[in-house]
Amino acid sequence: MLPIIFVLPLLQLVILSNAATFEVKNIKFSYLDNDRTSFSRALIDKFEASEYFNVLAHFNSEKEASAAMLKGNIDVILEIPQYFERDLLKEKKTNLSVTINAIDGAAAGVENVYINQIVQSFNKNATSELAMINGVTAIPKTIDSIPSFWYNETLNYKTYMVPGILVLLVTMITLFLSGMNIVREKEIGTLEQINVTPIKKYQFIIGKLFPFWIIGFGLLTIGLILGKVIFDVPMVGSILLIYFYTGIFLLVILGMGFFISNFTETQQQAMFIAWFFVVIFILMSGLFTPIESMPMWAQQLTELNPIKYFVEVMRMVMLKGSSLSDILPQLLKTLAYAIVMNGLAVWSYRKTS
Amino acid sequence: MKKENVIEATNLTKTFGEFTAVNKITFEVKKGEIFGFLGANGAGKTTAMKMLIGISIPSEGQATVAGYDVSTRPEDIKKSIGYMSQKFALYDDLTVKENITFFGGIYGLKRSQIRIKSEELINNLGLQEVSNDLVGSLPLGWKQKISFSVALLHDPKIIFLDEPTGGVDPITRRQFWEMIYETAHKGTTVFVTTHYMDEAEYCDRVSIMVNGKIEALDTPKKLKEQFKVDSMNDVFLKLARE
Amino acid sequence: MKRFIGFIRKEFYHIFRDKRSLFILFGMPIAQIMLFGFAITNEINNVDIAIFNKSKDATTEEIINKITASKYYTNKQLIQNEKEIETVFKRGKVKAVLVFENDFSKNLIKENKATIQIITDATDPNTANTIANYTNSILRTYQQIVNKDIEIAYQIIPETRMVYNPELKSVFMFVPGVMTIILMLVSAMMTSISITREKELGTMEILLVSPIKPFQVIIGKVFPYIFLSIINAIVIVLLSIFIFKMPINGSFILLGLESVLFTITSLSLGILISTISETQQTAMMISLMGLMLPTILLSGFIFPISSMPIPLQVISNIIPAKWFIIILKGIMLKGVDISFIWKETVILIGMTLFFMGLSIKKYKIRLE
Repeated sequence: MLPIIFVLPLLQLVILSNAATFEVKNIKFSYLDNDRTSFSRALIDKFEASEYFNVLAHFNSEKEASAAMLKGNIDVILEIPQYFERDLLKEKKTNLSVTINAIDGAAAGVENVYINQIVQSFNKNATSELAMINGVTAIPKTIDSIPSFWYNETLNYKTYMVPGILVLLVTMITLFLSGMNIVREKEIGTLEQINVTPIKKYQFIIGKLFPFWIIGFGLLTIGLILGKVIFDVPMVGSILLIYFYTGIFLLVILGMGFFISNFTETQQQAMFIAWFFVVIFILMSGLFTPIESMPMWAQQLTELNPIKYFVEVMRMVMLKGSSLSDILPQLLKTLAYAIVMNGLAVWSYRKTS
Repeated sequence: MKKENVIEATNLTKTFGEFTAVNKITFEVKKGEIFGFLGANGAGKTTAMKMLIGISIPSEGQATVAGYDVSTRPEDIKKSIGYMSQKFALYDDLTVKENITFFGGIYGLKRSQIRIKSEELINNLGLQEVSNDLVGSLPLGWKQKISFSVALLHDPKIIFLDEPTGGVDPITRRQFWEMIYETAHKGTTVFVTTHYMDEAEYCDRVSIMVNGKIEALDTPKKLKEQFKVDSMNDVFLKLARE
Repeated sequence: MKRFIGFIRKEFYHIFRDKRSLFILFGMPIAQIMLFGFAITNEINNVDIAIFNKSKDATTEEIINKITASKYYTNKQLIQNEKEIETVFKRGKVKAVLVFENDFSKNLIKENKATIQIITDATDPNTANTIANYTNSILRTYQQIVNKDIEIAYQIIPETRMVYNPELKSVFMFVPGVMTIILMLVSAMMTSISITREKELGTMEILLVSPIKPFQVIIGKVFPYIFLSIINAIVIVLLSIFIFKMPINGSFILLGLESVLFTITSLSLGILISTISETQQTAMMISLMGLMLPTILLSGFIFPISSMPIPLQVISNIIPAKWFIIILKGIMLKGVDISFIWKETVILIGMTLFFMGLSIKKYKIRLE
């Protein structure tokens, strides 16, 4: 059991942090050149030079191209029409048809932006070349935009995901273990034995849950070390603040696990219910997908999600160095959650036994 | 009158890697006998029993159960025996009747047979009131009696009982042994492991296993004479200390 | 055969008596599909931005209006000095700050050039990058309007066709994933738990001593879950058709057959897990931690496989869910027939045989 509690999650932290990325790169690109002129060649060269696109194939017919798309071998088809060069020189305007596999809508949107960027820079180059030849008549107005990426200049996705996945693992393990543990005693029948001993109920509860609290800290510690050593995730803020917050957060989770175990009779049930809530909490936590993009009602629902706060706090403190006063709203909500959850747990424990 | 042997074991051995759990045991059990298989925890009695009931293959030696070789024909053995383990292995989330129907079914009884048998069983045990209750809601002693009756549902030639009376009160234990006597009286051989030495007194013959070997095998009376003590408990203590 | 039917009946008793698990079993797919359909999207919009406008003139106001009018942004607040940028980022809400330089309008008219700084909170690199890209394209559009009098050399206008999902609904992308996860959960986890449960309770021993064959025990235990999985798959498909208007372009029969195949693959995985674990707790931990998370993250359900590092792309090949998601997307959205997905199908069959072979081997070792 011990390897499952520690080794498996941490292995996952290492592997999955690499997997969880929304970056769009290595786009499977193909083209269909019906013009075969120096202009069409120049445009294709632009795509070949781009770091986002992998030019995988060129096709001779639309049929071939769409078959390859159906098979999933390519995601983008650029079709250069016949008379591409002639139309450009004569009419100064031509169309270009682009087909994008849009099953992943968000990726398709980004791919579209990249394609437009390349085409526009192709337009722009041509424009300035022409301006040079014709002599300067009117200089177009340009607005330069200078992006600067704070806290993560290289846009390294792993520094974003490692704290998040660590939250996920700590939460899952502690919730499952605490949820199942008491049910297990119920199932085996040892709970009755404990109920007849002179031990006080609160002593029993604390004694039961304390080990999982420690396990939670253990996981967090090893995870933070791995994050630092393997992924070089910065720790800009106070590490003490992280531990302080985690201590409170774990109380929420343990209370929840205990609450679940009061309402279930078998480990299977406990596990299922825990899993049901964990999945919903994780999906609604902003861990993988942005919360701001959700509709308003869903955003309001996420206020009830403790994992959301943990994810936010970890990322804010570790990556941005947010201080206690910055995370105070999250901290207070988590604390309130802990009190309510444990209150419910103790109340339901009294009721059932 | 010489009765036929229903279990014969010759130099039966089971090794797990370097460890010898059962070391060349030889014995036979006669038809209708109550055979006590005694030993401390870890002495190898459960391992030996698993070989006899066909779920573990012997490393060396032979044994026949109900006339079938345990190494080659375990499937035939399974049809001729009943088995009740130390956990009262009924399904808690099934009713008494459903449990009976299920176990009757997997032993291949016909539906009409199952109906007759389950009625008989329920009447014998006085369970009319609770026959549609979930087994999980019944007291331990009842579960155990039902468990025993269920193991006898298909009229096996031999019934194997693996520490059947763990954790029940003395009165229930007494009642349980009465059921065992009754069963043996009807001609069913009873092979029972236990570590309650008072129960050993109830057996026709007992064997005592120590560290994988059978150290003593006879009727309780003769064993007591042999070791010059008053109770089986003392026999056991004497053996275990050697 | 009669023994077998009795066995399956007993399994159904177990399942239907456990109301809480049953509720989760059928509530889970519905809840997940609803969440993915209505709430969760991997698009980026409604991002809170702050504006630090040093020039406050007509042009900057116009640009700000253009930017905040787009669905990507919500204009949250105006800030007055450099220091505040840090503060709003640390509070966590604002994801980007647009800084307009001094005399923006004047510079644009006099020098034909003006500068905007897009400062993003790149702790979330994806959002940061996307914001930068979207802002750029809004600025470019604005530029074109400003420059409309100047003759351009020539212009290539890309006409983009978004195929398979023209409205870019993220639910189309998530439905195959959710269906895969649910089938996996029901089949692999439930079977491994229900088999180890019998081991833990001691009933497995009783079954092994009975004349019923071990493979009958196993098949009897997994059979009800095939049935439940199929019901779940049907519920998911119906929800996606009727609530999210998702087209099923391919053949329903093929879809059904492939789903049964994947269910069997997951079941064989569940059996394998149950042969290596003694307690329900272990079985659950292995199924959840060892199976679910890799399935969610490495199958292409949420994150594109092609963007992962090469070693992970290689590892993703051993995840059965990856192949099933390709199959589902093919049948549901692309409307392909078996000739396009035979390779994936063969891989799944191969995996199933492998898992089954391995379980039989493990099982035999245990018996000796």
